[in-house]
Amino acid sequence: MRIIVCVKQVPDVTEVRIDPKTNTLIREGVPSIMNPYDLHAVEAGLQIRDKVGGKVTVVTMGPPQAEEVLREAISMGVDDAVLLTDRRFAGADTWATAYTLSKAVVKLGFDLIICGKQAIDGDTAQVGPEMAEFLDIPHVSYVRHIESITPNELIVERLMDDCYEKIALSLPALITVVKELNTPRPPSIRGKMAAKKAQIPRFNADDIGAEEENVGLKGSPTMVKNIFAPPPRGERRILEGTPEEQVETLVRELRRLGCL
Amino acid sequence: MLIRIDIEKCTGCGTCINACPFGAIELRDFKAFITEACTLCGACIESCPESAIIDERAKEEKKAEEHKGVWIFAEQSRGKIASVAYELLGIGRKLANQRGSKLSAVLFGPSDEVEELIRWGADIVYHVNSEDYAFLDDELYAKTLIKLIEEHKPEILLAGATAIGRSFIPRVAARLRVGLTADCTGLEIDKETGNLLQIRPAFGGNIMATIVSPTSRPQIATVRPRVMKRGEYDKNRTGEIIIVPPLKPQGRVKILERVEDTSFCKVNLQDAKVIVSGGRGLGSPEGFKMLWELANLLGGTVGASRAAVDEGWIPYAHQVGQTGKTVCPKLYIACGISGAVQHLVGMQSSDIIVAVNKDPNAPIFNVATYGIVGDVKVIIPLLIKKLQEGVS
Ligand SMILES: Cc1cc2nc3c(=O)[nH]c(=O)nc-3n(C[C@H](O)[C@H](O)[C@H](O)COP(=O)(O)OP(=O)(O)OC[C@H]3O[C@@H](n4cnc5c(N)ncnc54)[C@H](O)[C@@H]3O)c2cc1C
Ligand SMILES: Nc1ncnc2c1ncn2[C@@H]1O[C@H](COP(=O)(O)O)[C@@H](O)[C@H]1O
Repeated sequence: MRIIVCVKQVPDVTEVRIDPKTNTLIREGVPSIMNPYDLHAVEAGLQIRDKVGGKVTVVTMGPPQAEEVLREAISMGVDDAVLLTDRRFAGADTWATAYTLSKAVVKLGFDLIICGKQAIDGDTAQVGPEMAEFLDIPHVSYVRHIESITPNELIVERLMDDCYEKIALSLPALITVVKELNTPRPPSIRGKMAAKKAQIPRFNADDIGAEEENVGLKGSPTMVKNIFAPPPRGERRILEGTPEEQVETLVRELRRLGCL
Repeated sequence: MLIRIDIEKCTGCGTCINACPFGAIELRDFKAFITEACTLCGACIESCPESAIIDERAKEEKKAEEHKGVWIFAEQSRGKIASVAYELLGIGRKLANQRGSKLSAVLFGPSDEVEELIRWGADIVYHVNSEDYAFLDDELYAKTLIKLIEEHKPEILLAGATAIGRSFIPRVAARLRVGLTADCTGLEIDKETGNLLQIRPAFGGNIMATIVSPTSRPQIATVRPRVMKRGEYDKNRTGEIIIVPPLKPQGRVKILERVEDTSFCKVNLQDAKVIVSGGRGLGSPEGFKMLWELANLLGGTVGASRAAVDEGWIPYAHQVGQTGKTVCPKLYIACGISGAVQHLVGMQSSDIIVAVNKDPNAPIFNVATYGIVGDVKVIIPLLIKKLQEGVS
């Protein structure tokens, strides 16, 4: 089975703030990590490979330093890694990202593509399903359990808002995974050595046959018009008095606001 | 690329190179060449004596003008139309009025509630009344919606940022080559351009961004449930219901089974109007019994911090925060939760936040509408008692 896992390098969002003067992101000193959901995607790929055999390849599109997350995946045990990097890819929205990744996976060949549910910087959860459409393959989002896998079919559970569904999907296919699916393994010593030594091939737009008007900023139908700090929360109040008085005031206030 | 050089016409005179304020044009093979430094400002277009620089945006804008009307996707489950659909009609009505256009709803699958969509503000309902559409089939849903959009060319399409909307709408956007903005919490029309301003949190809610799709149509957005207000209900309102013939399912994905009554399903945190959440400060699993009692009195459900989940006091399905669920109820009561940023990103957009913590310096108080410095074991039972009195 040829398995491709798409991983993204993201800033640790809990550390991202906005500069109130310039209204731009403060990126300095913000550590970069592998998107947490993608760790679960890598783990899923490894477990499937270990069961049915085959090869797991991780792919990322990003600046040259995004190679770090590929090495992290290698240290967990994936077989191959590919870095899609090109100045023309910069500024891609989900449409252009999904287009670019699709071009790359066609070149690499695949039976199953695994993505994280969403990337924590944008929280869009769009790249996976968009890729599936570009590739004209079926997809299932929010996979929380993989029940069985054969060369032609995958049986998974999909987490919905109010239930879960057991689903059979025919391969080739794409799934996006949630954290309940598994616990990502820590890197092994052997993996770490392999990660250090690995030569990671780099592809640009021409290598994957991506058309220039479809990648990066130019290929992106959406545009960020501006960013701003979230409005501060309204009134804040510490309730005084004895516990009885505090609770009384709270109930009165909640009644006033129509919460009770 | 939206600005390009017509190689046949270009004489390589270099006028545009001087006109470009960003130094984004070079001479390559004796012809002008636009590099990635281009910001699409358009300064070069007028400068060219040969009219060899073509602005593809003008074409796209013309195409955009053909698109009219606001659409919402009305999702249903077991025939019951989801609450978010009515919220979309509320905001959709406003946008349609501002654009001077009609509001349409698209409904897939059998339902007895079709007229409700009209009473809540729709002018037209496109209804595919087929069992094949009863549950989410991504490919079938996408293919059908794409076909409808190609036929009727709406200007704006809104769907719920729910499991269903966020799963299949990206396929629609990919196929149509249009912009899609996820999980919007605000939508407005730009007075100058008429574009849809799509406002959404990013970076775990630490930052807000306004997204536009300047030329592609329809402009598609998924909208976070329970953020938009419903419009006015008018039971005498009339509209048109158009029955749309179903397409054939692709059959590459089959739902074998739906499981609805697991403990997980009862935890629907995302839809809850009230969430009573507990942290390590509860001290024991018994603490959560108290929270369930309070939650039941308030018609809500129970959430938790990661510390409480890690302690094994409550299952993971209840976890709120960066690695749990993002929630925005009307009322969030945090009991014995310190307010670590990984927790805050999951709940800070709640309407009203109440925090009970014995440490006056706990960061949770920075986001709390009402803060009570005190012991949960004292405050919560008192609150329960007070509410019970209020009821009887
Ligand atoms: C990558 C990463 C992801 C994470 N994701 C999440 C996440 O999704 N969700 C999440 O919640 N956390 C998450 N965390 C953990 C987070 O950083 C905090 O450790 C966690 O939220 C703390 O939980 P807590 O507030 O319940 O516990 P503590 O921080 O231990 O706070 C307990 C609080 O209870 C108060 N208290 C104690 N006794 C009483 C009493 N009797 N009455 C009243 N108050 C009392 C204390 O004053 C204290 O403020 C994540 C951390 C990391 C590194
Ligand atoms: N630049 C990228 N490179 C590789 N994979 C990506 C990239 N962006 C997104 N993905 C994949 O798509 C998933 C969803 O991302 P998003 O749609 O941005 O929320 C991620 O979890 C990754 O698996």
